[in-house]
Amino acid sequence: MPFIPHTDSEIRSMLDTIGVDSIEAVFDEIPDNLRCGKLEGVPEGLTEYEVTRLLHERAADDQALRCFAGAGAYDHHIPAAVWEITTRGEYYSAYTPYQAEASQGTLQLIYEYQSMMASLTGMDISNASLYDGASAMAEAVLMAVRGNRKSKSRKLLVAGTVNPTYCKVTNAIVHNQNISWDEVPFDNASGTTVTAALEAHAGEDYAALVIQQPNFFGSLEAVDEMTNWAHANGMLVVAVVNPMSLAALKAPGQWGEKGADIACGEGQPLGVPMSSGGPYYGFMCCKQPLARQMPGRIVGRTVDLDGNPGFALTLQAREQHIRRSKATSNICTNQGLCVTASTIYMSLLGPEGLARVAGASHSNINKLLTALDAVDGVSLAHAGPHFHEALITLSKPAAVVIEQMANLGFLAGVAVSDDYPQYENALLVCTTETKNDADIAAYAAALDEVLNGEAL
Amino acid sequence: MDSVKMEKVIFEHSVAGRRATVQSPVAPADFSDLPQALLREDKPMLPETSELQVVRHYTRLSQKNFSIDTQFYPLGSCTMKYNPRACNTLAMLPNFLGRHPLAPASHSQGFLACMHDLQEILQDVTGMKGVSLTPMAGAQGEFAGVAMIMAYHRKRGDMERNEIIVPDAAHGTNPATAVMCGCVVKEIPTNPEGDVDIEALKAVVGPKTAGIMLTNPSTVGVFERKIEEISKIVHEAGGMLYYDGANLNAILGKVRPGDMGFDVIHMNLHKTFSTPHGGGGPGSGAVGVSERLLPFMPIPHVKQEGDSYRYVTEAECPDSIGRLSGWAGNAGVNLRAYIYARLLGREGMHRVAEFAALNANYLQARLSAEGFDLAYPGRRASHEFIVTLKRQAKDIGLTATDIAKRLLDKGFHAPTIYFPLLVPECLLIEPTETEAKEDLDAFVEAMVEILREAEADIEQAKGAPYTQPVRRLDDVKAARELDVVWSN
Amino acid sequence: MSNIPAELKYAKSHEWVKDNGDGTFTVGITDHAQEALGDLVFVETPEVGDHFSAGDDFAVVESVKAASDVYAPISGEVVEANEALADAPETVNDSPYEDGWIAIVKADDASETDALLDAAGYEASLED
Repeated sequence: MPFIPHTDSEIRSMLDTIGVDSIEAVFDEIPDNLRCGKLEGVPEGLTEYEVTRLLHERAADDQALRCFAGAGAYDHHIPAAVWEITTRGEYYSAYTPYQAEASQGTLQLIYEYQSMMASLTGMDISNASLYDGASAMAEAVLMAVRGNRKSKSRKLLVAGTVNPTYCKVTNAIVHNQNISWDEVPFDNASGTTVTAALEAHAGEDYAALVIQQPNFFGSLEAVDEMTNWAHANGMLVVAVVNPMSLAALKAPGQWGEKGADIACGEGQPLGVPMSSGGPYYGFMCCKQPLARQMPGRIVGRTVDLDGNPGFALTLQAREQHIRRSKATSNICTNQGLCVTASTIYMSLLGPEGLARVAGASHSNINKLLTALDAVDGVSLAHAGPHFHEALITLSKPAAVVIEQMANLGFLAGVAVSDDYPQYENALLVCTTETKNDADIAAYAAALDEVLNGEAL
Repeated sequence: MDSVKMEKVIFEHSVAGRRATVQSPVAPADFSDLPQALLREDKPMLPETSELQVVRHYTRLSQKNFSIDTQFYPLGSCTMKYNPRACNTLAMLPNFLGRHPLAPASHSQGFLACMHDLQEILQDVTGMKGVSLTPMAGAQGEFAGVAMIMAYHRKRGDMERNEIIVPDAAHGTNPATAVMCGCVVKEIPTNPEGDVDIEALKAVVGPKTAGIMLTNPSTVGVFERKIEEISKIVHEAGGMLYYDGANLNAILGKVRPGDMGFDVIHMNLHKTFSTPHGGGGPGSGAVGVSERLLPFMPIPHVKQEGDSYRYVTEAECPDSIGRLSGWAGNAGVNLRAYIYARLLGREGMHRVAEFAALNANYLQARLSAEGFDLAYPGRRASHEFIVTLKRQAKDIGLTATDIAKRLLDKGFHAPTIYFPLLVPECLLIEPTETEAKEDLDAFVEAMVEILREAEADIEQAKGAPYTQPVRRLDDVKAARELDVVWSN
Repeated sequence: MSNIPAELKYAKSHEWVKDNGDGTFTVGITDHAQEALGDLVFVETPEVGDHFSAGDDFAVVESVKAASDVYAPISGEVVEANEALADAPETVNDSPYEDGWIAIVKADDASETDALLDAAGYEASLED
């Protein structure tokens, strides 16, 4: 019996202790007519070696592609030590650290994580993580509506360059609470938000402005001006950022005169595999005045009975298990294991290593765009600086190109036409430090073949 | 334990200029082509350490944790059963880890097939008509469930229903979820036997009832015997039944929520399907629905067409409550659940509930015989049960916290304490099916020892734990003098 | 036995009200309430200028293991909030009737206080 240790004689002795004659008897409070049958839809059990073979076959069916796609999930190198340590049983099979004395490992690690994230984002406080980047934006929106004491508005402004999937997730999570937003159109030439578009909303009552940096197209927003404008108009600023980019780009806490109020985003680039989209983790940091509006777990450093330093969950009265219907969120879990991986990742990379990964990712997009410049039928959609992603327009429909490039071994990028109908033949392409000059040349050659070669 | 008692924070290991050079590109970063005004001004506070220092530090930290792999962990309501290693190893095959979430279906058939098969298995074991794997945790599954109930009522033009009924014993996530869905919470009491108070339920249902959220077996560890009557009352009032799958492990392969009349359920795959708790996540909160709610399921979910698999498109699901995650939920966790389900198979599923219940009832019988008071004597334990220390707290001052902390000294993780809130000084104990009899017996002996010790000298228990990396922590200081970020 | 000053009025939900004689009333939580909650770690005071009806959620007091709403015992506008509690929530534990006051309210209708309990009535309510 898989994973069940009981021998027949043990079963008999346990049943005697209970005072029943069969295991069935312990289910005697369940009405007979409700008892289920055989579970025909569940296959027979397999041995570990049979399952191993099956999963290897399935994995082989997922043909590995050289990844030039991003759009929120990024193909960075993950040091071997990261998941070797993360999957140690003491991290992998521990529960939420409610018994602090027996969970100091997890708790101290989260404290270190919070410290790293707060510094990276230039904020005062970080929580222990949320589910993923998209749902973190939803939580940030809820938090901004709660936390803006100058405005009672349940409306926000969201830059049109924020990841459209994040907007969909946010809408699914917040619309039941009558929270909505107006979208700020972006400038087609630069792919960024221009001040004139914001000015159209001057004087209106919004709880917050949501800015993504680098934005969905990989372009860089004028975050200082946007932040100052929002604050001047009584709004909070929610920054949605790629943490890897923060090795290079100005931390949200330093945006404009006063800095963004809440920073959130997808933690995946920091040591979490792409893994079909999850598990990842959402990070969330904020300025001190908003601390009690923060959803999710927070670890604090304190002392024990003997005065020695130790760590414990704190500010728990905000959370659902105490505050129930009045909690800041229904969130219970964090994505602990992914945070464990990220903390080890950031420690291994350090400030210089992280800057180099960001630097190589950035220089590779410039190299790729230069190489694609020579391919007929490809042009860059948006002028101006890019971090490590850019939108290119093609002479053929993106869906066709993606399929044909896949047959040549490349994940060519991400089509965006579902969300931006004006970019029907466009691909959002991305480079990380894992691509070398040969990969870039091969990608350009393959794309040339697909767009300009003989029919494949 | 002494050797791991003190471990500096990672920043104290940092020495300016030290690096793990093999982990990053050789070339220094150059951002000179980006506008100066957009560049970072300060260096982030990340440690500057060697690879060995990092490995040693985080290995040493891990040694300060209790875990299933190292200790008996009878944490009620959390289903801390063995997480088979094969599930992790196989979910981490390079092609699975390297798959970008937007890779085309043509090159993702292996992963999609696994997700599709898992949907089918979960559908069958719960008796539902459709499954979406996208919610990333139990609370998100709850959100999806209540959002679907609301979407269903609204679609029918019923704009009045906005009340969600929740028993007072429910997990805090239930009322918090209802509020996130724009609903009003109506709390109903639990009767002295641990069942829902039917008269109170009848008094609150009506034309404003959107639904009821129930855990069965309930959070007090007993099977809700009047479930069919509850189902009838709520359905006749036009409401829907939501099944909180927190305790699904107790009935897996025995009763199906669909057969009990539930319209929508969430499953905690990190409990029942043995994916790791990971020190607090990632979980996975797959949802299952009845026929009526199929159109409202969160996207994406996987569809089979002939021999191939693909995600349904947004256009195919116009009534969906939408997306709850950036991609497709905690895919890697779902993969682990799939592997677990295949290892168990049909027979294994039946045995989960059988042996979870056997262990719980055995432990309940033994502790009761040793003089511990059961909160619901005379009831069968489900996969868990409640001991109340109300009498001991009054007589000798021994509280649930004391016993929990002293158990740590004896090498056992504590049961869940002070939940559910309605039972004073409670210990919610869930041994799970993967524990051997001798470990259950050792736990009983530890509990008895602690009680005897406390009867002789309560101070021993009050000062516990003594053997852990730290002693009891000052929670008040932690909250009043917030120190949540290291500063040098 | 907890301290219940005779000169104050009380709500069953453990708030006290002091008549300042100028149409304003000072509001706080009782000694019994602070003792039941334990060491307070945070007090969320209402905003000056906000208007509450009697029975509305008005402030929040938080201990490590619990958070409780404080209900407005009378209807009115907040004219002053005890900002010092932000940095020193323990003041409510140490001095619930003096330095630990929560807010001062300008009553819409001072006669609403007639409906509140006197010290003896509150003491009796604790014994229920």
